[in-house]
Amino acid sequence: METFELLKQLTEAPGPTGNEGGAAAVIESLWRPFVDEIVVDRVGSLLGIKRGAGPADRPRPSILLAAHMDELGLMVSRIVEHDGNGFLRVTELGGVDRRHLLGQTAIVHGTRPLTGVLGGLPDSYLSEKERDKAYSYENLVLDVGLPIDEVRRLVSIGDFVTFRQSLRKLQNGRVAGKALDNRASVTAVTICLEHLQQRRHTWDVIAVATSQEEETFLGAYTSAYAQRPDAAIAIDVTHAKGPGTNDSELMELGSGPVLDIGANVHPGLYGALRDAANALEMKIGTGVHAAGSGTDAYALQVARDGIPTGVLSIPLRYMHTMVETVDMGDVERVGRLLAEMVARLDDNFLGNIREELMRPEISIKNGRGRSVSSVSEDDGA
Amino acid sequence: MNDLLKQLTEAVGVSGAEKEVRLLIRDLIADHVDEWSVDTMGNLTATKRGTGDYDMRVLVDAHMDEVGLLITDIDSSGMLRFTNVGGFDDRALLGKVVQVGPHKVTGVIGARAIHLLKRGEYSKVVRIDAMRIDIGAKNKEAASSSVKVGDYAAFVTEYEELDGGRTAIGKAFDNRAGCAALIELLRGERYPFDLVAAFTVQEEVGLRGAKIAAFNARADAALVLECTPAFDLPKEQDRSPNVALGKGVSVYVMDARTIQDPRLVAHIMATGDSQGIPYQVRQPGGGGTNTGAIQRAGAGIPAATLAVPGRYAHTPTMMISLDDYDNIVRLADATLRTLTPDTFRRD
Amino acid sequence: MNDLIRSLVEAYGPSGFEDGVRDLIRPLIEPHADEVTVDALGNLIARKRATTGEANPLKVMIAAHMDEIGIMASHITEKGFLRFTNIGGVGSHTLLGGRVRFADGTLGIIGVDRMEDRNSIHPLNKHFIDVGATSRENCPVRVGDAAHFVRPFEARGRHLTAKSMDDRIGCAVAIEALRRLPADVSHDLYFVFSVQEEVGTRGAEAAANGIMPDVSIALDVTLTGDVPESRPMDVRLGAGPAIKVKDSGMIAHAGLVRLMRRRAEEAGIDYQLEVLEGGTTDARPMQLAGPGSVAGCISIPCRYVHTPSETVDASDVEGAVALLVTLLSADMEL
Repeated sequence: METFELLKQLTEAPGPTGNEGGAAAVIESLWRPFVDEIVVDRVGSLLGIKRGAGPADRPRPSILLAAHMDELGLMVSRIVEHDGNGFLRVTELGGVDRRHLLGQTAIVHGTRPLTGVLGGLPDSYLSEKERDKAYSYENLVLDVGLPIDEVRRLVSIGDFVTFRQSLRKLQNGRVAGKALDNRASVTAVTICLEHLQQRRHTWDVIAVATSQEEETFLGAYTSAYAQRPDAAIAIDVTHAKGPGTNDSELMELGSGPVLDIGANVHPGLYGALRDAANALEMKIGTGVHAAGSGTDAYALQVARDGIPTGVLSIPLRYMHTMVETVDMGDVERVGRLLAEMVARLDDNFLGNIREELMRPEISIKNGRGRSVSSVSEDDGA
Repeated sequence: MNDLLKQLTEAVGVSGAEKEVRLLIRDLIADHVDEWSVDTMGNLTATKRGTGDYDMRVLVDAHMDEVGLLITDIDSSGMLRFTNVGGFDDRALLGKVVQVGPHKVTGVIGARAIHLLKRGEYSKVVRIDAMRIDIGAKNKEAASSSVKVGDYAAFVTEYEELDGGRTAIGKAFDNRAGCAALIELLRGERYPFDLVAAFTVQEEVGLRGAKIAAFNARADAALVLECTPAFDLPKEQDRSPNVALGKGVSVYVMDARTIQDPRLVAHIMATGDSQGIPYQVRQPGGGGTNTGAIQRAGAGIPAATLAVPGRYAHTPTMMISLDDYDNIVRLADATLRTLTPDTFRRD
Repeated sequence: MNDLIRSLVEAYGPSGFEDGVRDLIRPLIEPHADEVTVDALGNLIARKRATTGEANPLKVMIAAHMDEIGIMASHITEKGFLRFTNIGGVGSHTLLGGRVRFADGTLGIIGVDRMEDRNSIHPLNKHFIDVGATSRENCPVRVGDAAHFVRPFEARGRHLTAKSMDDRIGCAVAIEALRRLPADVSHDLYFVFSVQEEVGTRGAEAAANGIMPDVSIALDVTLTGDVPESRPMDVRLGAGPAIKVKDSGMIAHAGLVRLMRRRAEEAGIDYQLEVLEGGTTDARPMQLAGPGSVAGCISIPCRYVHTPSETVDASDVEGAVALLVTLLSADMEL
């Protein structure tokens, strides 16, 4: 399938944090042809397992690819009557950027889906101290245009709300829409699985569309615990250069996958991804995090007795809004890079990265775009 | 001169890049333990089997990481941009010498000279994102030949013992002091139970390593050895220091991450009292140690914390009392030697 | 049930020091459980086994926390006054003139440093406790000693007021449900009276790791929006127990929410739906434990949470017991 079509299906499916079923159904249909087994676990994550070509007589090592499928949304917190009409007050699911809500359309997932408008009173009706401020959830209404009786019949407190936004093509292969955080990564994993149909890989691949990353990393903690993979990669989005984000360390859209270095990343997994990129002659960027990476890797790394974990990201603008923007080329490159990395995993990989933790630093010199360890005396991965 | 403290504090091991310390400690303990291993995050775990008197496993944790800096970008003029690893006061950074990356490239953190400041700028704190590390490179190309984005940087501070020899200054007493004490325990006689020593990673960035080390250890109880910030400086009010240098081992009761196991705390205090080892109760309140992660690991582990008080924590130069250090070794040892399964009975 | 509630809310049990509450609850539940244990952190766990002989009955964990907020002495002044720190979420606006009691019975009165501005709330560290001592030496309290707030239980019609309804009322609901459950149940039930919830749901995390439940239900209080100028919230006293959909630490399993609603409707129990914008419960660590569990929470609406006058409605408490019993007695197709 064309990348745009994949992204369109995946981003337009509703899957707010805590109620990912709509997205999971689409992902299941896309992954089913590529995997041996599909499971939805009890916290709502979807797992696609593709068995490796390694020997069947002993357990094959496995790598877990985690891309969270939940999207930001809202939840109905109160139903308020005014003049016979029913209005909904909402609260946020995940870190919604509240400044973007006014004038947005949304879908209330009541006993049937209802379209509504997020509106509010004009400035002049707000109290002095609320003017000039972003609308708070106490001031915003979600208006489905129905009388109170109808609203009470169709909507309950606790109903989920998703933003209504179809995926748009911009110029230069860029697309904008909702939920690209993190369906762009789900798309990349889908592309990876498709590539792996043509590639021999000895390791089992456990592709996981995780639930509730935006709230508690629930799906990452639980799937890693249940599956006990030997290694894991979190695939997520990262801030790209754009309005207000021109820091020199950020990547441009279209400049390729970003590999993280930092506390959540096992150097061996970073190395394996970097080597795979080198093999593909693919340009990569480097992301650095000092503590939490803000991705599923935070949970994967410390599941059970620890899982060597890497982080691979797609540059994205306007994170946590309804106009998140990515370059489709980056999505495809991340998919290809993942497939290459998985195909290169062999019997020695785990032993090598274990040894790396106890190998004294040796080398000094490196050139542009190459890291110190890539030219060390005996390069592990 | 305490060689153990000197070696350990002068080694570099910023949270997430503890390899040098891990290798050093491995060499220091290898001959004194029955087995050692390293897990996926880099925690070094060693087992010292017991005499067999009690069927019990006791975890003793000391985190080996230190706060430091992480290079995020190299700009066109060859200056290094960086961020903090672990909690920091930006005011502690200007004018410090740092060592960058595995090859310890020397750099300095400078700022615009005082002569060139505009009115009002002088009393303002320079924020970390406005600072650069200067390694003397002429441009990005040149800088990139010796450092790279993702390299960690640590302060350059030599270990010294001050006049009289009972006070020491250096970097990273938090928590190489705890590591040194744990190494001394491993070098002693066997305990009546199996002792699992965990030199853990990434404490300063959220008690991360201890979480999996404790999961692995399957321990019945745990003791955490730490270095806790001491604020025993001249103050006006009667609020007393939280802990003071030279007044004994700091015993935790409660911090932001834990309520220490009351049975273990009582046992520690009783041990200190009966053996005449000075201790002081650390003022309960903020802060947090690996006990916070260990206590909740698996189905729960009774745990408590002992610490050496250290002034000027999370700066390039800390100060500790060597008497406190000697006492933490004694108190930890005595606490463990008298620990029995009965310590944890509830009645 | 008021006698049970009174004895529970007046017991001493700040987070980390729940022994007294545990000793009180244990004999009440022993006749109704197959097995009662205390784990490493002090959680009290009563197990009622499935009797239907099914090979793999569902493991259902029900958690109500025993601990309450309190304070801990952090410094004794030369004149014998205490400075203190909070155990759990203690608001400094609830302190002045309040009374606390330490484990040994010592009573303390909370005072405040000189007020420069009576219109502002002084931070916790400007308060002190007077235990009647005159010097550091004759002060009966040591640094590290914990105390709880004291205030007697009062029943005014259906409204019940006390200092630690959060969450002894959850404990009361659990005890009463355990008593009322039929002898034969089809799930393996673990009633957990947890420790250290107020300081970060620590006890339930360890208990859940030990039990590895399939389904988890927390019993706790929730806020209401039914007092003058309160933060808007569609939960009120007397309208029935609240079935939690979301709080700031957890989103309840949608299937479990549906099941709870259906069981309430079948049994004719009034209920409310809860979306709480601050705070969380033991359901959070239970949901995250191991491979994850299907988690939810039955809340008892409560006014003035984390003050010495937490107030609940007896009919909501009764409804919570009824809902829990009907939920646990029947199938759980989720």
